[in-house]
Amino acid sequence: MAKEPILSAKDVQIQFSLRGRKLMAIRKCSLDLYEGETLAIVGESGSGKSVFTKSFVGMLDANGSIVGGSIMYDGKDIAKYKTEKEWMTIRGKKIAMVMQDPMTSLNPLKKIGKQIQESIELHQGLKGEAAKKEALNMLAKVGIPDPERRYNQYPHEFSGGMRQRVVIAIAVACRPQILICDEPTTALDVTIQAQILKLIHELQEELKMTVIYITHDLGVVANVADRVAVMYAGQIVEYGSVNEIFYDAWHPYTWALLSALPQLGIKGEELPTIEGTPPNLFHEIQGDAFAPRNKQALKIDFVEEPPFFAITETHKAKTWYLDPRAPKIEQPKSIRRLREQMRERR
Amino acid sequence: MAKYTIKRLLQSFVTVLIVVTIVFLLLRLLPTDYYFTEDQLMKFTDQQKHDALEAAGLLDSPGKQLIRFYGQLLHFDFGQSRRIQNGVAVTKVIGSKFAVSMRLGMISLGIALVVGVTMGIIQARFKDKIPDHIGTAYTIFVNAVPGLVSYSLVLIFGSRVLGLPSMYSTRRVAESSILPIVCLAMTSIAFYALWTRRYMVDEINKDYIKLARVKGMSTKSIMVKHVLRNAFVPLAQYLPASLLLTISGSLLVEKFFSVPGMGPLLTDAIGRYDTNVVQTLVILYASLGIIGVFLGDVLMMLIDPRIKLVDDGGTR
Repeated sequence: MAKEPILSAKDVQIQFSLRGRKLMAIRKCSLDLYEGETLAIVGESGSGKSVFTKSFVGMLDANGSIVGGSIMYDGKDIAKYKTEKEWMTIRGKKIAMVMQDPMTSLNPLKKIGKQIQESIELHQGLKGEAAKKEALNMLAKVGIPDPERRYNQYPHEFSGGMRQRVVIAIAVACRPQILICDEPTTALDVTIQAQILKLIHELQEELKMTVIYITHDLGVVANVADRVAVMYAGQIVEYGSVNEIFYDAWHPYTWALLSALPQLGIKGEELPTIEGTPPNLFHEIQGDAFAPRNKQALKIDFVEEPPFFAITETHKAKTWYLDPRAPKIEQPKSIRRLREQMRERR
Repeated sequence: MAKYTIKRLLQSFVTVLIVVTIVFLLLRLLPTDYYFTEDQLMKFTDQQKHDALEAAGLLDSPGKQLIRFYGQLLHFDFGQSRRIQNGVAVTKVIGSKFAVSMRLGMISLGIALVVGVTMGIIQARFKDKIPDHIGTAYTIFVNAVPGLVSYSLVLIFGSRVLGLPSMYSTRRVAESSILPIVCLAMTSIAFYALWTRRYMVDEINKDYIKLARVKGMSTKSIMVKHVLRNAFVPLAQYLPASLLLTISGSLLVEKFFSVPGMGPLLTDAIGRYDTNVVQTLVILYASLGIIGVFLGDVLMMLIDPRIKLVDDGGTR
């Protein structure tokens, strides 16, 4: 890819200390983010998708810290940022975040309008009436009817979907360059989900933002993302364009994830699940973290960690299957079936 | 709102009436000897006693007495004290004392609010760090050590080291009030620090604080604009009642420093069977308590938009 990434994370390691024990939540994770794209990070609960992206805005919990690697943004290594003052040059201003649960994300005792206004006053230098005007403008922009009246209402007078619109308004009020959406639709009704995704997409176009979606809903991924990164046990194990991941995945974990898609289920048969549990991150992991759950694991998977192998220029997977020395392994049937299904649909 | 207020006031009135009736009837169960002063008991013959009781209407049936009592209340006639200050109107007995208690109480409450809430904020801000531990140690000390012991410490320090008067005196009101106020404030400071810290820590861990942080707000302004305000809501509810009930004074502190306040009055009156004083005090404290709770509810409604006391016809 010829374009320069706007954010580039290299070998990021994030450690948490829990009751005196150390847990390595992110194990040398790298990621490039390109301007204007929509990147989806998928993976099961606990794979580290949230933690990884939280480190881009310095929002790790107090017991977690970046212990290795770098995150280059705007010519600076923000992984080295320690003080609140440093983070405040980025947080909300250049990189903003939409969180999962709109029901609890807003201060119940503050007027909706004021909460949006706070963000505007902080970053745009507007005060009083001018800031209020901008807040009203934002309310209208995120599709809230009758902004004048809504401005003076409190969160409990809003529905879940409406609250998420407000949270989005707060996030984009300062025209951030990057918007991180941490499972923005998980807590919402299915019918509302589509509306929120559409809204984020429209705002992205209008404000020329780069969007990172964190989700475990592959349906959402297929709808919104340009590129997909699959995370497992604190690492990105495969990344590529949406088509490459959905049609031609190579990492056994990606296969397992895709096979579990309900759309691929055959009537009468049990839906495939991924057996076993993710590895314990308190211990050091040897070899491929997914090997113990992978029925077709190679011997080397248990011994040595695989490097990334390129499938195309944009598609890479971290699995020994792609090593020229590896025995010939075919993609599972379900992946091929998915490819066919997707073709049919087009 | 007006309708609601009237409804609440009527309810409160009924509650007070019930309390008063029960107390009145219980007091009528006492032996009639207690209607005389010690002196009169020694000198009066049985006939004299009977005549005196009859003249005062105390031999009528309880129902009749009760109705008469209600009638007196309507005229704000609370009767006379018999034993604490013989023949002096109860209102006068209380009137000479409540101002003292209230002044000490209000000042100490004000101090406790400022110091206690500040302490709570600092503790919450530096949770699990040294300032928090100091605050917690103070709170535990004040709560664990019996009042008399900590008051004695204050007294010794105050009078020996600072040379402050150890007894309340009407001639040196300002100076002699300092130690009682310190003692009163000491416990309330611990109370407000404890609860401010607790409610603030609760709020800090909520999602909307994370959103405020990710929005780019500094910890300081989050603390002031979001956390403190929200944490104060549950505290505010009890504030009006605490304010009004400063009138009742503190039994321990007032006895300890010989403050001529309301603190020991109720126990005194009960101990000496001064029925009229007991009745009046019960009416007073019950009414103030009920009004305090009502004002607390109104205050809550004003600062928390989610709370509605009035059903405005909308869905709940």
